[in-house]
Amino acid sequence: MIAVTAAEEGLMVCHTCGLLSAPSATDHHPVCPRCGAGLHMRKPDSINRAWAYLIAAAILFIPANVLPVMVTGAIFGTQSDTIMSGVVYLWTSGSWPLAAIIFIASIMVPGSKLLALFFLLVSAQRRSTWKPLERTKLYRVVELVGRWSMVDIYVAAILTALVQFQALATIKAGPGAIAFGAVVVLTMFAAECFDPRLIWDPLLRRADG
Amino acid sequence: MSVPSVIACHECDLLQRETSLPPGGKACCRRCGAVLYRNKPDSSDRTLALMLGAAVLFVLANLNPVVGLETTGNRSSTTLFGTVRVLHEQDMTSVAVLVFATTILMPALEIGAMLYMLLPLKLGWVPNGLPAMFRLVRTVRPWGMVEVFMLGTLVSLAKLSHIAAVLPGVALWSFGALMFVLAAAAASFEARDFWAQVEAIRHGRQNRDAVTGVTEAVR
Repeated sequence: MIAVTAAEEGLMVCHTCGLLSAPSATDHHPVCPRCGAGLHMRKPDSINRAWAYLIAAAILFIPANVLPVMVTGAIFGTQSDTIMSGVVYLWTSGSWPLAAIIFIASIMVPGSKLLALFFLLVSAQRRSTWKPLERTKLYRVVELVGRWSMVDIYVAAILTALVQFQALATIKAGPGAIAFGAVVVLTMFAAECFDPRLIWDPLLRRADG
Repeated sequence: MSVPSVIACHECDLLQRETSLPPGGKACCRRCGAVLYRNKPDSSDRTLALMLGAAVLFVLANLNPVVGLETTGNRSSTTLFGTVRVLHEQDMTSVAVLVFATTILMPALEIGAMLYMLLPLKLGWVPNGLPAMFRLVRTVRPWGMVEVFMLGTLVSLAKLSHIAAVLPGVALWSFGALMFVLAAAAASFEARDFWAQVEAIRHGRQNRDAVTGVTEAVR
């Protein structure tokens, strides 16, 4: 298959509206003639920016799991729950479907998202030609599932707002929730910065060469 | 300068020719399989109808309590904004901002911007700043998390049902419906048809201006 990309022909596809256009070579900041978004051959500094977000997210993933996300105050004292201890509590108290939802959304998804982005970045940086289709699919999955990690933040938020019976029980969101929210946002930025076309670029050069 | 009938895949940059599609069909990139465009009959009309519905549901979902809780003698209930306020009062401002942005601000911007573009188009004119609105929708969309919030609410309800009587509020049902309506609107919107419509209206106006220009010249 002789594949020709837009970049090789000097054409640029708009990230926002999808229009293919041919900006003049002298124009240093071309914009899309249809929707006015800035045009780039590839997302600028894609790999570096994605690394920055990813590293920050990986660091914050530690406090997100170690610090309590929810602090329950009752008559008999307070109890702090991290994400994992919350899952364990749900599991042992018999609510295993809830335990599974929280475990998947809050631990499995962000953990595997960090690993997947790490793998995508390393392989794109090394200009790997290994299984580009599968790596593109992996990228799509990463983009799709990341948002579901927010579940735990919403649970903490709603419980905080609802359980405010001064004498009996109060629930507060803990510092872990801040770190956890930051992990979700940072990994979403990292996925957005990454340009999936970088997966395919090395393939072409090799075919040509 | 645009190049008609040749398009590039937005995910792998491969150049390929457009083909015509049967209604309901979709064109995928032949190299990476990304969906390039779809043939959705009446996509703009359907999106407009769904967005109007979404606007109504969004207002309902924000004015009513999401859930209430009742234990012996104690009652509490919260609206979505109430949740944000309590988080803020507990010095969890960053979490409050995150909840506010993803469940109120971003969906509101998306619905508002879509209506701002689609209503005038339906009436046959192109609103000012349409390209900027289109870019806004594209930026905002990944950050609206109504469906995730819905799951979070259900999980908290299930957690609380052990301790107290849980009273689902009007907003809970509204959010549930909003989730489906927004998903349907996103599925029925087709950027390619949208821009074709914008271009057709602009061209129509140009032609009309050209014609009137000629008649004036003749006079």
